[in-house]
Amino acid sequence: MLLTSYGFILFLVILFVVYYLIPRKFQWVLLLGASYLFYALSGLQFLAYIAATTVCVYYAGRRIGDLRQTESEYLREHKHELTKPQINEYKSKMKARKRIPMLLALFVALGILAFVKYSDFAIANINYIARAFGSEGGISFWTIAVPLGISFYTFKSAAYLIDVYRGKFPPERNPFKFALFVSFFPEVIQGPISRFDQLGKTLYGPHAFDGRNVKFGLQRVAWGFFKKLVIADQLTVAVRTIFDDPEHYNGAFVLIGMLLYAFQLLADFSGGIDITIGIAQMLGITVQENFRRPYFAKSITDYWRRWHISMGAWFRDYVFFPMSVSKPMLALSKFSRRRFGDTIGKRAPVYLATLTTWFATGIWHGSSWNFVAWGLANGVIILISQELEPLYDRFHGKFNVKRTFGFRSFQIVRTLLLMSAIRLFDCYMDVPLTFRMFGSMFTTFNYQVLFDGSLLHLGITFSHYILILSSLTVVGIVSLLQRSGSVREKIAAQPIGLRYSLYGLLILSILVFGAYGVGYDATQFIYNQF
Amino acid sequence: MLVRKKLIIGTVAIVLLLGSLYVLQRLLMPKYVSGIVEGSLIGEYYKEDRKDFDVVFLGDCEVYENFSPVTLWEKYGITSYIRGSAQQLIWQSYYLLEETLKYEKPKVVVYNVLAMKYNEPQKEEYNRMSLDGMKLSAIKLKSIQASKMAGEHVVDYLAPLLRFHSRWDQLSEDDFTNLFGKEKLFNNGYYMRVDVKPAGKVPRAPRLPDYRFGTNAYSYLDRLTKLCKDNGIELVLVKAPTIYPNWYDEWDTQMEQYAAAHDLTYINFLKHMDDAGIDLQTDTYDAGLHLNVYGAEKLATYFGAFLADTYRLQDHRTDETWSGIWQKKIDFYDRMKQDQLDELAKYGYLKRYKAET
Repeated sequence: MLLTSYGFILFLVILFVVYYLIPRKFQWVLLLGASYLFYALSGLQFLAYIAATTVCVYYAGRRIGDLRQTESEYLREHKHELTKPQINEYKSKMKARKRIPMLLALFVALGILAFVKYSDFAIANINYIARAFGSEGGISFWTIAVPLGISFYTFKSAAYLIDVYRGKFPPERNPFKFALFVSFFPEVIQGPISRFDQLGKTLYGPHAFDGRNVKFGLQRVAWGFFKKLVIADQLTVAVRTIFDDPEHYNGAFVLIGMLLYAFQLLADFSGGIDITIGIAQMLGITVQENFRRPYFAKSITDYWRRWHISMGAWFRDYVFFPMSVSKPMLALSKFSRRRFGDTIGKRAPVYLATLTTWFATGIWHGSSWNFVAWGLANGVIILISQELEPLYDRFHGKFNVKRTFGFRSFQIVRTLLLMSAIRLFDCYMDVPLTFRMFGSMFTTFNYQVLFDGSLLHLGITFSHYILILSSLTVVGIVSLLQRSGSVREKIAAQPIGLRYSLYGLLILSILVFGAYGVGYDATQFIYNQF
Repeated sequence: MLVRKKLIIGTVAIVLLLGSLYVLQRLLMPKYVSGIVEGSLIGEYYKEDRKDFDVVFLGDCEVYENFSPVTLWEKYGITSYIRGSAQQLIWQSYYLLEETLKYEKPKVVVYNVLAMKYNEPQKEEYNRMSLDGMKLSAIKLKSIQASKMAGEHVVDYLAPLLRFHSRWDQLSEDDFTNLFGKEKLFNNGYYMRVDVKPAGKVPRAPRLPDYRFGTNAYSYLDRLTKLCKDNGIELVLVKAPTIYPNWYDEWDTQMEQYAAAHDLTYINFLKHMDDAGIDLQTDTYDAGLHLNVYGAEKLATYFGAFLADTYRLQDHRTDETWSGIWQKKIDFYDRMKQDQLDELAKYGYLKRYKAET
């Protein structure tokens, strides 16, 4: 069920009414039922996958919790009898015991993800290698249908389990409450990848009807619909036209496509998250923000602190940091310092951890090499930026431009162009082709197409360009206003006439200018696929 | 006091929003006043002051282009209305009759059977022309349910703004001048054309794998028959005298058998063209697909005699009220005919219908 479909709107209205009518202690039960119904509507067979992950992670969490309790009881009982080395030995023994259920459950959850999402990718690569060695034929593809939001709920569950293992919070005792955390329907499509200690605070209620929450939630949903339907989906035709026909649309078209896709993706993904957060807010639940004006970032590192924040944080907390301080990495650090000296030695583990993290980020986005290349390109640029940091500092020391508006604007545009260029891997879905098309921007001098009307043959009319540009300007203004606090709060403080006019304008804009209904491709959210 | 104030403000805001949506919907819906005008056919019925017609025609273009109600009046004093629309499917005809019965109970219903060849919804564009003009009712809802194509939603028909919103960059002067009402375009549901395009060679009819009409089409024909019988209405099945699209002998036989089995009259006018005096060299405006006004008048003259005799329809020409109403219709009809003739003389084609050949 699409978030922008009539069916989903009806589903929401019914849920919302029933949610505030039933006794509050049952609200979370209703949410669980609604989440599983929502999930079942994407395919009944997919319920097995999400249920398997939920059960495994729940029991592993419980087991870890029980072991932790045994450990603390034992230590409390024997604290006067045991020496410090004995305590440490006991703790380390218990840590090893706790690690077993964690690893087993992670193996199952990540195994399911790997099985459904990456098996064909693995087969394609095995076949490729076999052919290189002269083998004929090859393994047939399994073509397994990928369950809705599997990457998101698997990562949510994995984070929960690792946090329980680390003792960040005790495990959830109620299996159904845990099932709700995993399957919470607004998040299951495209995140954010919420943490249990954050989402759990408000997920289980009880929630009294709060007019302000409902009003603000509705506004957020409407804003998400505006971004998704009026900007992202209106841009879809042009973006597809350019990237589906690389032979014809090269040079300047690649630049145009790259920029259009950048704004399409922003509007699509952040619009979807707005809808998610808005729905949750209407139900009295707080979902963490996933975007913070990413196209105002001044560097790639800054960009990744603002874009898909929950995913970046996940890879940082559960891949990069643990890997950086792992025993093999410390050994590598020691070895490389000894062998290559301090300059290279201290960098080797950082480089390895960074590139591994970005490799994983890439493959998480999709089971093909273009996503791996996209991830690694991010990692390489981040490392180069780090290496060039001293040079930048010297430059800024000499020329006092760092705080000027011009230089900040330059940084913002540079970051936007860089990130958009890297995304070409995502657009063409083919690594060599991406390089070729990227190169064509500098070798095919067809920039007259920007002025000779060719852009009007990409499937969108002049009026649509005006509409999209105006809408993006509105989004830009809202982003700028957000820097000094909630825009919804600001609007709420305005005179009633202005306030209601703005709400009305937003609703009418969605209904009239939105790309929806017959005649439009029911464009799925781009991040659904990840 | 505060609650009351909030309530008033909220109500005003909702009313304003709904009002804006209504105006936008009217603006964005196609107006069907030039070029393709057939989308205005269904809606014109509601503007009739007096709806107790003797005869109601149902069906597709083979009714609204081939029978002239004004001729039926002038020759026999029969009052009639054509509730036809482009590619009107049989379930749409059925529901239109159900709706018509809310306003009147005609003595005779004439149904053109060409649509029996369709067993399922065909095209959204045609659906729209049959359904959007209908007034909102439970009957309309049922007709939508029966007609919607895969991927279409009932709500898109109930709130056409959701379908036509994308016309915001295609609006023309017509959309603004016809925002809250449009001029009358038809003569009791009859679509007049005075131009002539003689019938030439008709494409050879392809062989069909199966000539049997579908079960869905039959089920609605059964319902139509029952609805007429339950209401004491005579149902006459007809096939208009146009040579394309092809009317297969196998189809004709099925209709004959159906009519015989259900004690109905079935007239295939293709077999009565000479009797009616229809000459497809002069009486069609599109090479035999539809009759022009001369053909429609001849057919009405021929069919009217049958209707008047067989069903003993009263001659209303002596009725003052009806005469007054119909005189206005005749004036409108004659004026339209003359306008079209003038237009034809001036441009060589009918500009309003963009009928340049």
